[in-house]
Amino acid sequence: MTKRVSYTLDSTLDSVNHAESKAHEVAARAGFNEDDQYNIAMAVREAAVNAVLHGNARDPQKKFFVAYETTEDALVITITDQGGGLDPSALPDPLAPENLMKGSGRGIFLIRAFMDEVRFRNVDPGTEITLIKHVGRKTANAKEETQ
Amino acid sequence: MTMKASNRQVNGVTVVDMSGRITLGEGSVILREAVKDLLGKGQKKILLNLSEITYIDSSGIGELVSAFTSVRNQGGELKLLKLTKKVHDLLQITKLYTVFDIKDDEATAIQSFR
Repeated sequence: MTKRVSYTLDSTLDSVNHAESKAHEVAARAGFNEDDQYNIAMAVREAAVNAVLHGNARDPQKKFFVAYETTEDALVITITDQGGGLDPSALPDPLAPENLMKGSGRGIFLIRAFMDEVRFRNVDPGTEITLIKHVGRKTANAKEETQ
Repeated sequence: MTMKASNRQVNGVTVVDMSGRITLGEGSVILREAVKDLLGKGQKKILLNLSEITYIDSSGIGELVSAFTSVRNQGGELKLLKLTKKVHDLLQITKLYTVFDIKDDEATAIQSFR
């Protein structure tokens, strides 16, 4: 049976913390082990930070939306901002020697490392990122789709 | 959990005992200010004790990298002590494990400073 909860959140760090702790809670309820709960919560945190900082640019008029959907075999989390859109293919590789010592640019890399699938979709306005973690599957680098 | 940092001197090395979370916002700022403050006082041998750090996000990782670079640019050394498994794994994934000088034992770490 599919269960879905969703939240509309202000563009603040408190909202980021809320999205993260909710992810932990939902992942625990879905039966993920502690490591997976931690990784899922971190992926959600990074996506929420991107929505607040880069998408909505902390604009108090803009919101971001988080939906947690638990199906029989996966946890699907969707985070949507109201920003100017994102081209994931344009993001620099944080492992490249020229980027390794940079102070930022690792968020989406970590999301991909911790989730099974990561999908980006440009909506109007903003970006929707979908994070999928399958129940009972070992963490591997995420497959990715851009729509 | 709020991040806390306190300093102590051991044989000319400043050991910064940190606890809590190094994340975007308060945690990252505390780390940045702690390192800036030490460099301002001319204390350039810095050992960050991360044994009580329960969580680091990408912003916290970036702050560690920036701290490392700031100290090195001023002719100093910044090393990490006692990583938890989570922090260790994050530094492995981001290929930063070999960038930092990481120690498990405080006495050995102190001796390793030039």
